[in-house]
Amino acid sequence: MKFSDFVCADAIRANLQAEDKEGVVRELAQALAEAKRINSAEMESIVKAILKREELGSTGIGRGVAVPHTKHPSVDRLVGTIGVSQSGVDFDSLDGEKVQLFFLLISPPDRPGDHLRALENISRQLRDDTFCKFLKQSKSAEDIKHLLEEADHQQFGK
Amino acid sequence: MPGRRPGAGVLNGEPMNGTVARNVTVTNTEGLHVRPCDLIQKLARKFTAQIEIVCGSERVDAKSILSLLSIAASAPRGTGLTIEASGADAEAALEALAELFARNFDE
Repeated sequence: MKFSDFVCADAIRANLQAEDKEGVVRELAQALAEAKRINSAEMESIVKAILKREELGSTGIGRGVAVPHTKHPSVDRLVGTIGVSQSGVDFDSLDGEKVQLFFLLISPPDRPGDHLRALENISRQLRDDTFCKFLKQSKSAEDIKHLLEEADHQQFGK
Repeated sequence: MPGRRPGAGVLNGEPMNGTVARNVTVTNTEGLHVRPCDLIQKLARKFTAQIEIVCGSERVDAKSILSLLSIAASAPRGTGLTIEASGADAEAALEALAELFARNFDE
């Protein structure tokens, strides 16, 4: 699976304003609602579901990356977006570090395979230090889109 | 894997280079998503042994969640994996990890 298969380009945020976990989740969900990829009326329910998932264990997987996610019946295909926080946010990460890169994923309840394929793609790409570093340094949504396109075309190796 | 010699591992069922191995199966419904991978790396980090998980032609470091997640979609329910460990507490590590798989990651 490629980034272009699940990342909503119009909902990418290069300069997240939020300073805590709930704020980041809300800001990215809001971005998806503004891009009309999720129903605005369902946004609150989606935010709550993602935060509930976080209570089971942080999705801050280390290296300054988090993948907050949930299943939600209001989406009929995997929807995702990316946010970058310049200052980093305390996300109760597994390695205790602040998180700068957020990959928010919402999947239909009956499609766990797509969720796994997205996770696999994200983790494979992030193992490339250059890609990871460039993403964190992105100053605009355009920068991020460009990096994702390069990654989709395997410009960063495996 | 850094420091790993090509060909190290199991040959004809016989461990080489002091490496011990155990086959496990992914039996939880949702496969190796974030939470199971987190449990694997947390448990693996309790041991000094070098521990790797082999999934088809891929070999990943069991102490790295990013590494583990990179086989997420390749290991759905029913997939057979091999855990390999080398080092002083390798046997204990295998035992503990196999038990975690057998418990379906408490899902």
